[in-house]
Amino acid sequence: MDKLWLIPTFPLLGFLLLTLAPLTVGTLPRKLSGLIGAGSIGLAALTTLYVGNDFLNSGEQSFQQVLWQWFQTGSLQVGFGLHLDALSLVMLSVITGVGFLIHVYSTGFMFDDPSFARFMSYMNLFVAAMVMLVLADNLALLFLGWEGVGLCSYLLIGFWYTDPHNGYCARKAFVVTRVGDTAMAIGLFLLFQEVGTLHINEIIAISGSQWSSGDSTITLIAFLLLGGAVGKSAQLPLQTWLPDAMAGPTPISALIHAATMVTAGVYLIARTHPLFILAPDALMAVAIIGAATLLVAGFTALTQTDIKRILAYSTVSQIGYMFLALGVGAWSGGIFHLMTHAFFKALLFLGAGTIIMSLHHEHNIFKMGGMRKKLPLAFICFMVGSAALVALPLTSGYYSKHDIMLYAWALPGAGPWLWGVALLGALLTATYTFRLVFVVFFGPVSSDHAEATEAKSISMALPLLVLCALALSGGYWALHLDSVLPASEHPHVPALVNGLTNAVPFVGIAIAYLYFGSRQLSVERLMSLPMAKNLHQFWYSGWGMDQLYNGLLVKPWVLIAQINRSDIIDHFYNVLALINRLVHELISKTQNGNLRWYASSLAMGAVLLLGFGLWS
Amino acid sequence: MILVFLILLLFAGGVVAWLVESINPKLPRWIALLSVSTALIMLVQLGPQFSVTTLEAGSTQTWNLLLIAPWIPRFGIQFIFAADSLSYLMLLLTAVLGLVAVGSAWSEIKQRVGFFYFNLLWVLAGVVGIFTAMDMFLFFFFWEVMLIPMFFIIAIWGHENRTYAAIKFFIFTQVSGLLMLLAIIVMAILQARHTGTLTFNYFDWLQNSSDGILSPAVNGYLMLGFFIAFAVKLPSFPFHTWLPDAHTQAPTAGSVILAGVLLKTGAYGLLRFVLPLFPQASVEFAPIAMTLGVISIIYGASMAFGQQDIKRLIAYSSISHMGFITLAIFAATTVALQGAVMTMLAHGLSSAALFAMAGAIQHRLHSRNFADMGGLWQSAPRFGACMMFFCLAALGLPGLANFVGEFLVLIGSFSTNPVLVSIAALGMIAAPIYALMVVQKIFHGAPKPGLKLDELNLRESSMLGLLIVLTIYLGFFPQSVLDLLEPLLLTTAHSTGIVL
Repeated sequence: MDKLWLIPTFPLLGFLLLTLAPLTVGTLPRKLSGLIGAGSIGLAALTTLYVGNDFLNSGEQSFQQVLWQWFQTGSLQVGFGLHLDALSLVMLSVITGVGFLIHVYSTGFMFDDPSFARFMSYMNLFVAAMVMLVLADNLALLFLGWEGVGLCSYLLIGFWYTDPHNGYCARKAFVVTRVGDTAMAIGLFLLFQEVGTLHINEIIAISGSQWSSGDSTITLIAFLLLGGAVGKSAQLPLQTWLPDAMAGPTPISALIHAATMVTAGVYLIARTHPLFILAPDALMAVAIIGAATLLVAGFTALTQTDIKRILAYSTVSQIGYMFLALGVGAWSGGIFHLMTHAFFKALLFLGAGTIIMSLHHEHNIFKMGGMRKKLPLAFICFMVGSAALVALPLTSGYYSKHDIMLYAWALPGAGPWLWGVALLGALLTATYTFRLVFVVFFGPVSSDHAEATEAKSISMALPLLVLCALALSGGYWALHLDSVLPASEHPHVPALVNGLTNAVPFVGIAIAYLYFGSRQLSVERLMSLPMAKNLHQFWYSGWGMDQLYNGLLVKPWVLIAQINRSDIIDHFYNVLALINRLVHELISKTQNGNLRWYASSLAMGAVLLLGFGLWS
Repeated sequence: MILVFLILLLFAGGVVAWLVESINPKLPRWIALLSVSTALIMLVQLGPQFSVTTLEAGSTQTWNLLLIAPWIPRFGIQFIFAADSLSYLMLLLTAVLGLVAVGSAWSEIKQRVGFFYFNLLWVLAGVVGIFTAMDMFLFFFFWEVMLIPMFFIIAIWGHENRTYAAIKFFIFTQVSGLLMLLAIIVMAILQARHTGTLTFNYFDWLQNSSDGILSPAVNGYLMLGFFIAFAVKLPSFPFHTWLPDAHTQAPTAGSVILAGVLLKTGAYGLLRFVLPLFPQASVEFAPIAMTLGVISIIYGASMAFGQQDIKRLIAYSSISHMGFITLAIFAATTVALQGAVMTMLAHGLSSAALFAMAGAIQHRLHSRNFADMGGLWQSAPRFGACMMFFCLAALGLPGLANFVGEFLVLIGSFSTNPVLVSIAALGMIAAPIYALMVVQKIFHGAPKPGLKLDELNLRESSMLGLLIVLTIYLGFFPQSVLDLLEPLLLTTAHSTGIVL
């Protein structure tokens, strides 16, 4: 277990090698860059396996390793310390395991890119930061990983930097998530003020005696932490950055914007769950945000035409399910869905990557069609991934999502409502997913891409097949999270609820089939209904949130900066200088060398002085 | 004695550099390099004397290298040089950035080379004096010594609008300096009335301050005199407007020293004089000062975002970062003060690097305007990577020195005033907006036809490499610095009655 520190170290070394080598010894051969990039993550994955095995056999609840004192002053003490328990082990496995597969895929997908080495180095840095995030034993170190993954997300979204639009999307992602991060940081300050430590275990140990349930301070703290989670995990109201993040290369979308980084918010809430349990209002907010997000994103996904944007909104929506799970107290269920989602969404994104590569950067699903025979591997991936995403029985997604929905029903009070929203969300999921499947893979072969051949390389195919297997079988794994997260009794629900939960994906698929498969029902007719166009436009634009923020925040900030470019404060000093100069000119006018003027002013002055002396 | 030697070394180096120009115009820069690196080596060797282990446990005696000699006995003015860990760290920063400044000027300065290095070394000597003079009159003397050569550097080797900028810089600093001189003299006389001896000795003043011989009202006014002088230098809103002009017009080496070192003398003054000499008045003034700090943070960031001139942008970002220091110093908890010093060091390194790069870009492209740049990553990836690195440092990325500083500032000040600190934290959102824009506008985007940027050469690479290594080291291992400062800042924090 004492090899734990190696897990972030390997990716970090990979990053350093790939960054420093080109600057000093010159460009590395591509094969070597690929080997370093994927190999470092492979080593991290092996170490995780070794350490995890050790840990599970030891029977201990957690393992601590403090590497060095990061900063200590006054009563603030922050170590560079790692903490391993069942929760971080699950996260580690996903990050290094799925991460390794995506790295291998990238060595094929990005091989011909001129900046291949730069790509692999950013990816490695990302994994190092993500590992730090989940291993940190204190919130300051967690924040280091938290910002580190944000940086890599920024670097990789804007990877193809020659297009300014990519740069815009990258900065948008960074700044929007920073809004959440700032809330989280203020939460840390408040926590430190209240309990005098940032060490997660100590905070949890103190929290029970420090606050009673529903205390206003702990509620505020929980809400501030939730702000951070909402930003990172692209939940309402900070979800607007994720769809634009699709500007990055597709493996990034799979690794950062589906499998790992965007689920960091879920991890944060799970990691600090005792604080949320003490703040029932905040916990309820988690559930409501999750439910609202899954619905909003689901409707939006229904209207998108860009294959990656559909998947992006789907990710937002699925993380909504995870939030819902946390909010209703299905703690393990939320983490379980996090893991299965990592498998099947990575699969879908990498499959989409294969399609996009084979069709020469085509993103519009309506320009695809009949790709079943042209792209058989992508087809298999999408069938497996979609089945898991819509939670068809026996797939991994079924076990995780089904659980969440039943737990939601069982919540006293708002439970049935939340369940109803989740049910509608499941219907939407099935509809938009199979809309994509039917449009892309069935029907007549698109005339735009009649000549398409599948991009095939072993390094891309192998990870896809492994992910297929994981997406199918991941539901059978038991995660022993009871040592970290509170266990809850499996809910007993009426048979009707259970039945509806099981049936609704099939209804969604049927709808998608009728509209986009057999085309017995016409989308055009639907669109001709009153208000349908407006509603479509509203959903398509992501419920107008971008426009709202643009008008409310972005434009005023830009405007103020532009108006005040010359600095209003400087004008004050300029006026001061001007007055000085005027007075100077006025007085220097009196020095005109004219004798008569001097004589008369002398006389005037004498008279005035005399008068003043007499009258006063 | 060694401190005096350090100052004399730089003074003498300056004179020699000026003299040898007539032999060979390439000689002065070597003289400058030699004197600054000798100073740096001497300072590094002094390091062990300041480590905590050599100080007696529990003792508040943190002073070192004390030298006292009479100067003008009639007025109780003495040569007192001494250094504690704060002075020492500032001296180290000065020497490192002195190297960077010499490196930046290396091929940029072609006219009156000898006189340039004379001025540069005299500024550095003045700064070393400021950080080590413990007689108030001597301190003021060095305060002026640093000002005049800096004025020449801007006025002679500056860019298109240099005269305006130099005069503005001079007037702002001079007027505020006079306020401080007034405060110093009045304070010396008032103290003499009570104690019977006229003295400018800092340590005597400290003693008198803790004896409380001056009335709170008088202390308030005197504190204000010092505060304004240092707030102008820092600079804090609303005294900041000289900085963008001075920075933009100064030659690269001037900007490096200005941003990296001269601004820090303002922060140093607040820490060294305002807090310890006027603890009570500072606490009463704190809400106003902290508010000014927070305004500086947000206003500076907003102004930075609106700029088209790369040097102006960095100048406004400096104002924003200095706001954190004002905030922390007047929050006056140990953690916040640690954060303030860490920010001084971190900002010194990162702003020096940013100005060195901005200068290098101007030297190559003959423009500071973003409109003339774009898509330069392809022709100069190493340059781009360095720019990215320091922009990330400036926006406070964890793992780099600036983050440690800002984090300690905010978490340390939070208990003093949660609302103001929460507003200050919004600077975390505003910083990436302008910092990432720098990289975008210069290096990203489509390459423009015919526009190329020469890659960093060996001299520039090693200069920036040094700053990168230091920034990362302080980001991951700040404890070595914190340990040095802890006893001193604990005392400072205690003097204001705030124990944390």
